[in-house]
Amino acid sequence: MFVQLVKLAHARSGDKGDTANVGLIALKDEIYPLLVREVTADRVKHHFKGICKGEVERFELPNLGALNFLLHESLGGGGTLSLMTDAQGKTFSTALLRMEIELSEDEAQSLEVG
Amino acid sequence: MKEKIRIAAGQGFWGDLPDAPVRQVEGGPIDYLMLDYLAEVTMSIMQKQRSRDPSAGYAKDFVPLMKQILPACVERNIRVTANAGGVNVEGCASAVREVARELGLAGKVRIGIVTGDDIMPSIEGMLARGIELRNMDTDEPLSTVRDRIQSANVYLGAAPMVEALDRGAQIVITGRATDTGLTLAPLMHEFGWAADDWNKLSAGTIAGHIIECGAQASGGNCQYEWRSVPNLANVGFPIVEASPDGTFVITKHERTGGWVIIPSVKEQLVYEMGDPHEYITPDCVADFTTVQLEYEGRDRVRVFGIEGRPATEFFKVSISYSAGYKAVGTLVYSWPEAYDKAQAADRILRGRLDRMGLKFDQILTEFVGASASHGPLAGLPSPDIPEVQLRVGVRSEDRSAVERFTKEIAPLVLTGPPGVTGFAGGRPKVEEIVAYWPALIPKSEIVPRVEIIEA
Repeated sequence: MFVQLVKLAHARSGDKGDTANVGLIALKDEIYPLLVREVTADRVKHHFKGICKGEVERFELPNLGALNFLLHESLGGGGTLSLMTDAQGKTFSTALLRMEIELSEDEAQSLEVG
Repeated sequence: MKEKIRIAAGQGFWGDLPDAPVRQVEGGPIDYLMLDYLAEVTMSIMQKQRSRDPSAGYAKDFVPLMKQILPACVERNIRVTANAGGVNVEGCASAVREVARELGLAGKVRIGIVTGDDIMPSIEGMLARGIELRNMDTDEPLSTVRDRIQSANVYLGAAPMVEALDRGAQIVITGRATDTGLTLAPLMHEFGWAADDWNKLSAGTIAGHIIECGAQASGGNCQYEWRSVPNLANVGFPIVEASPDGTFVITKHERTGGWVIIPSVKEQLVYEMGDPHEYITPDCVADFTTVQLEYEGRDRVRVFGIEGRPATEFFKVSISYSAGYKAVGTLVYSWPEAYDKAQAADRILRGRLDRMGLKFDQILTEFVGASASHGPLAGLPSPDIPEVQLRVGVRSEDRSAVERFTKEIAPLVLTGPPGVTGFAGGRPKVEEIVAYWPALIPKSEIVPRVEIIEA
């Protein structure tokens, strides 16, 4: 079954030039491996279609139960060049939390997100 | 050596809560107050100010703040690190010295002036010698924008700040320097950490990263359980309580609002993060994948286990340059059919701009209330949406084109779709774009300077 990330994780995003970074943090330790499995760079790139024009890189921080994504060419030039309301990428965090991932019935049940 | 050092974040950016640093001083015991005044393009603003007035070019707000807190700082031996110096660190220090004398603190305050970051005067010479200062993102050489450069400053690290503290400075004022350095320097000074103790330097750097955005670590912008964050009206900015072994606790003053919990600290740890294995600073390369967190009590998160690697041979340079002009205009469309009306207005506006033959490098239309933050992920708005703000921005090298655009917004009220309001702000302003050019420069090219003056 499909579960929206907002039920599984919290997030914060920021900017580095024209790149938005999104940190995705598991709400419980046992959720982290599921994020690693399901929230791939490719899927994130697909999720941000029309927004992220460059590559997506993914980094793992198992010590924090977190993944860090870099969404290149997402901020309309970034900084002062950008015309976007969210030139600093501060709402990319919640945009990522809209994404749905597939969990087995058992996984969803044990996490009580079924 | 003190057993523990408390470093309080005073502000997360220039324009943060004006009271925050005062409340940090008055709210409980602290040893240091760190303040960040420099966003990426702040230096260009300060360069302009100095070109009009040689005594200007630093963060003016810092001076009245010092007037407010200096007596308490002197009495309780609280030291201050701040990059408030901008492009005129000497000017800033003189103004602070004046304040100290006015407060009757003559002879009691030493001010450290850290300079050497400003390489604007040396740019031509460097380019001539083949130091290309290539853009770290696009790899273009700086020569492509050489006649548009407005400022050029190296991010100095903790080392010169440590020297200033070692030489007795109570207030250390820098120009461009890393925010993390403002926190790391006091730790190196107090605990005698060697410049090649990479693990400890990384710990101090990460401590700095956690508090450098102020309340963003202590309950502000907290996506985790945001409704439950207590009393944000009275949010306490974070404090690092550091030990000589490199471990530290993130906390805040008692009887303040906000919270310091593992999720809030994690959110700040991943903020503005690139490759977590390699967080590069002038002082070290910190590894965020080694950070361990545990609770030590209410609003006390202990941070330990941090490791890092040697610093690189380079400083990062922040260069700003003129990159054209932009303007943004907005109008609000109300029910019924608010979204359709806003879209129609956008088409009409663009039709007029086209007809006039105005050329823009970019035109961007957004519908605030519908899709400005999440774009296509927001889907279509509800047909009954009460109102939508049409927001159109343009960017061009041609100032007159942008200026002409600004005159096309208000007329839409009488010459466009109905149900429109939100134009009373007047004509949008044309803004000069100052863009940011990040580059690297060999450390051997830069000579940081430390001067101590006394009130």
